[in-house]
Amino acid sequence: MIQEFKKIWKPYTIGMLWLLGLLWPLLGIHPDGTLSFAKTFTVWLYIFAGTAICLALYLMNKSGSLGVISSPLDGVRQNLGRTTSKVPAWVWIVVLLVFALAYPQFTNRYAQDVATNVLIYICLGLGLNIVIGLAGMLDLGYIAFYGVGAYTYALLNLHYGMSFWVCLPFAAFLAMIAGCIIGYPTLRMRGDYLAIVTLGFGEIIRLILENWNEFSFGPSGIANIPRPGFFGVDMSLEAATVYIYFLMIGLVIFTVFVVNRLQNSRIGRAWIALREDEIACQAMGIDKTRTKLTAFALGATWAGMVGVIFAAKTTFINPASFTFLESAIILSIVVLGGMGSIIGVIIGAFILILLPEYLRAFSDFRMLMFGAIMVIMMVFRPGGLIQMPRRTYKFKSESPGDTSHQVATEGGQADFARS
Amino acid sequence: MEYFVQQLINGITLGGLYALIALGYTMVYGVIQLINFAHGEFFAAGGYVGVILLSFFAGRGFLESHPIMCLALSFALTMIYCAFLAMGVEKVAYKPLRRQSRLAVLLSALGMSIFLQNALMLTQGVYDKAYPSELFQGGVEFGMVTISYLQMMMVGMTIVLLIGLNMLVFKTKIGMAMRATAQDKVMSGLVSISSNRIISLTFAIGAGLAGAAGIMVGLYYGSVRYDMGFLPGIKAFAAAVLGGIGNITGAMLGGVIIGMVEIFGAGYISGQYKDVFAFIILISVLYFKPTGIMGENIDDTRV
Repeated sequence: MIQEFKKIWKPYTIGMLWLLGLLWPLLGIHPDGTLSFAKTFTVWLYIFAGTAICLALYLMNKSGSLGVISSPLDGVRQNLGRTTSKVPAWVWIVVLLVFALAYPQFTNRYAQDVATNVLIYICLGLGLNIVIGLAGMLDLGYIAFYGVGAYTYALLNLHYGMSFWVCLPFAAFLAMIAGCIIGYPTLRMRGDYLAIVTLGFGEIIRLILENWNEFSFGPSGIANIPRPGFFGVDMSLEAATVYIYFLMIGLVIFTVFVVNRLQNSRIGRAWIALREDEIACQAMGIDKTRTKLTAFALGATWAGMVGVIFAAKTTFINPASFTFLESAIILSIVVLGGMGSIIGVIIGAFILILLPEYLRAFSDFRMLMFGAIMVIMMVFRPGGLIQMPRRTYKFKSESPGDTSHQVATEGGQADFARS
Repeated sequence: MEYFVQQLINGITLGGLYALIALGYTMVYGVIQLINFAHGEFFAAGGYVGVILLSFFAGRGFLESHPIMCLALSFALTMIYCAFLAMGVEKVAYKPLRRQSRLAVLLSALGMSIFLQNALMLTQGVYDKAYPSELFQGGVEFGMVTISYLQMMMVGMTIVLLIGLNMLVFKTKIGMAMRATAQDKVMSGLVSISSNRIISLTFAIGAGLAGAAGIMVGLYYGSVRYDMGFLPGIKAFAAAVLGGIGNITGAMLGGVIIGMVEIFGAGYISGQYKDVFAFIILISVLYFKPTGIMGENIDDTRV
């Protein structure tokens, strides 16, 4: 640990002094012509203490000094892992499902609202996960498709009185078309160009929504969007909240199912392959444009569907809900959870949506933390919290001796397995 | 006709600003082949440090007695501040990721951009901050056309900075080292050019120019906002792409074109959609001519 510390203390000290130098002009120079140091120093001390503790923990963990605490924890974790792996997967799913279905019974409306929010972000995260995690395209205008979905429902309902259930597939379809329109010209571009062009498209759509008053009613937005009906039954506000919660549960289950199936499908494997190496992939006969466009369109479809539910949930939408910051939140969910991992995205959404909700005192620091999380995750753990295991081929063989024979005769039956 | 000339002057003023920001994108792209998403935030930080310094001088009463000196000092200090900020950002968000995938670096830069934007908001407040307004009142009138002293100062300053940058890149040893690093990192390393130091320096120079642009935008529009770096950042990026990313001359030209298009688009087509024109140019350039008008990798003019 001492060795590690010696190597790291110098850059760390320089870094902290650097930070002090950068902070002071922002906090210490006042317009009335006075200079102060106390405030800068206090803020700096907080940051210093926080980072020093993190650094110490990191170093101790690296050098094994934390063994006293971490080794029993590891033992517990292994025991837990052994017992949980004995329980079949469907039991967990049933337990989760029962909990999710029973949740509205013992919570109030606020908690249900928060839960619905989390579910919305899970769906958006999973949709974006198709584009970023599987296909490896950085889409910064994702929220635009969400906006397309929400506005489709709001406008169709306003002008033609179309109901929620008619609009849901329609909005999904429109978002998909929008995805294709935006996706097609951008697919020839490299990753960083793609990022900034999708960002530009997202802004264009928002600017249109904001300025085209005859079409979208401008910044004042559209109010009184009806909540979804249930075979014509009139529902109270409480019942409607629960109903939307269940709708979202259904959509999340559907999404997880579809994304899971997609991952293991031919097109899912093509996405992952394209992400890793485009040229090799094209040499193998994968149509790059079509495959990428599919990813883009599918991601957009999900955003469109969730957008409809969002509009129905809040009953009011305006362009301010679809800014770049929303895209950034969804992006941090995917990045924190682990790109390409379904469980990771779900956990990421829980952390990033629930924490700010229950730590209201720190709500000003929310976006600051999101930005910091993105940098820290990329530097220390680029795969995210739950790293998606790399897929590898495993050949079936009874004994090590006849592997070659096996491959020769049953090579065609070699199956994918996660290692 | 008068309207046209007036718009032309406004376009040149704005275009010079975009050119200054675009240079940072293009230079960083030249050395590490990556887009610096946090670049717009350097520009915003420049605007804020500028307003902080100028109001400090105004509070002390220096601004009235020695306006030119105060302004020059503010410019210099702001550029230094932004350079140091950029070097810090590079060390934290870029250097550890040299060997990672492009996606990882992009995300880390994006996170840095969000972080800096919110750090500015938390330290400086959500509301607009006004520049001391007594500077640069009035202007020169030619018939119906007015050129304010401020515009003259901005265009002059931009030209000085651009010439200075050209001298630095093409006439000095440091510039030669930068161009060498941009061409081949391994080879330039063999002739004892430290690529880490050059990359740091490139970030610093780009951010210094962006900081100067920030202060000028603050003076021009009268106030700064914490999220002011976002849109000009994208527009300047469009300018860099239009000129051919990695190409310094191209970035200057692209900046002026984007500025002109925005001013004339706002003046003759629609003021509400003035932000859209730059995006449309960006997308069509990337689609039809991804190397830009000046070409992407002309070895001589690449940094």
